[in-house]
Amino acid sequence: MTEPKNNDVAKEDARLMAEMLAQQPAPACPAGTAKIKVEDFSAFFDGAAVLRNISLEVCERERLAIIGPASSGKTTFLRSLNRLNDLAPNFSKTGRILLAGRDIYGPEVDVAALRRRIGMVYAVPVPLPWTIYENLTYGPRLAGVHSRSRLDALVESCLRSAFLWDEVKDRLNEPAANLSGGQQQRMCLARVLALEPEVLLLDEPCSGLDPISTAKIEDALAQLRSKYSIVLVTNNTKQAARASDRTAFFLMGELVECGPTAQVFTNPKHQRTSDYITGHFG
Amino acid sequence: MRIPPRITQGLAVSAMWVLASLTLGVLAFIIAYILWHGLPHVTWTFLTESPKAMGREGGVLPMILGTAWVTGLAVLIAAPIGVATAIYLTEYTREGRLTAVIRFGADCLAGIPSIIFGLFGFVFFVITLGMGLSIISGALTLTLMVLPTIIRTSEEAIRAVPQSFRDVSFGLGSTRWQMVTQVVLRSALPGIGTGIVLSIGRSISETAAVMLTAGSALGFPHTAFDSSRTLALHFYVLSREGLSMSNAYATASVLIIAILLVNLAAYWLMRRFVAKVA
Repeated sequence: MTEPKNNDVAKEDARLMAEMLAQQPAPACPAGTAKIKVEDFSAFFDGAAVLRNISLEVCERERLAIIGPASSGKTTFLRSLNRLNDLAPNFSKTGRILLAGRDIYGPEVDVAALRRRIGMVYAVPVPLPWTIYENLTYGPRLAGVHSRSRLDALVESCLRSAFLWDEVKDRLNEPAANLSGGQQQRMCLARVLALEPEVLLLDEPCSGLDPISTAKIEDALAQLRSKYSIVLVTNNTKQAARASDRTAFFLMGELVECGPTAQVFTNPKHQRTSDYITGHFG
Repeated sequence: MRIPPRITQGLAVSAMWVLASLTLGVLAFIIAYILWHGLPHVTWTFLTESPKAMGREGGVLPMILGTAWVTGLAVLIAAPIGVATAIYLTEYTREGRLTAVIRFGADCLAGIPSIIFGLFGFVFFVITLGMGLSIISGALTLTLMVLPTIIRTSEEAIRAVPQSFRDVSFGLGSTRWQMVTQVVLRSALPGIGTGIVLSIGRSISETAAVMLTAGSALGFPHTAFDSSRTLALHFYVLSREGLSMSNAYATASVLIIAILLVNLAAYWLMRRFVAKVA
């Protein structure tokens, strides 16, 4: 009577294998290095799918670039990672996103604390209408850091990491709005670093910047990679090629492919990726 | 015949200039007229003494105190309620039937003549709640009257704060309440302040509503439950009963100067605040 049972086990194994193969996350990290796991994630606004069945991993200490034409779901994807989409009343989702193994949409999650772990820099630099110092210390103060010396140290280290310290060290008490656009965006980067996050999300951070400011941000990201997982959404394929380790190509809410940046740019698996990168559309 | 654009431009500018100066001119004339007739009678004794002979002689100190009491209490009660309502409407609810109803209610309230508020205050606060003709009855009535102004101006000010500030604040790990108190209110404060200044002005100069609720006692108000006559009402009584036109003008001058001072102080405070923030 053991024969049929073994048979059942074998069948079950085969079914599990097939299931695993079917939902094999397209682009996985080497075992044990995934910081964020996105599993079969779909996002909807008013019931209309903006993201469809995305499975993707962001590894520890890597720069993942997300490229794709307008309305391909890049920004929605990014805003799903720190639950900013929750603020839209008509947002809904299916699937899971795990940060260090735990579902960020789980019922017990403290969303404010989550957003401190996953910091975000927006496309347009948004200095709050305060001084540079107040901008940088707002996040830490929300997190309960009030010691002046601790805040001072934090401000300096974040500004150094964002390549901005030398330009603003004597004007920390000036309104942040007085900074140039490129400086403002680096300040926004520093402001997020002050949260001491684990993941950095950047939504086209250089879209309005001149080449020199862009280079400074890219240099900063190259150094920050040693400490953080970075997800960089960009409309500039050249930037993705320069400033990322892996690249994911989104099209109309779907993940077309994801792989090492060099491979995606020199030998893409899909014709659509190749067409986009070479400028045939988008 | 076609008029050359340069001429129409000139005509338009002159027309606007004339109309604008007309408005300002009328305002300046009224203020100058009252101050001209009133200021000579505004002496130290006028400001520091009680009225004698129904106001034919003596001063207006009790009225100054009464005005300050009624206005101060009204705004002190109305401002937190109004700002809280505005925050609720803008930050804590989604636009829907409820917000539409609240907003419609506030707008209707703003359009009701003050004598109606006075009548309501008289029936409700003075009689039903048994507060009597008192400063507190007057203040509560004025609270209802200025509430719509504070709600709507605060709402506009809060709405004018860019959405991106909210996103940034949430992105930096704030709760909604932290976002509201530390980012939104801080940026909206000048606008909210303007609404409060407007309601102070409206409260100071209100006559009909306070006549029916705060009464017209001539004595010193000692507690919020005493009846008291405000400056505006005193002016009305003096001129209406023909007791003393010179004292009526003097009272009006004090009123105008008080409003001016309140406005200046408020703008100075706001400027200082804005300078500190931005």
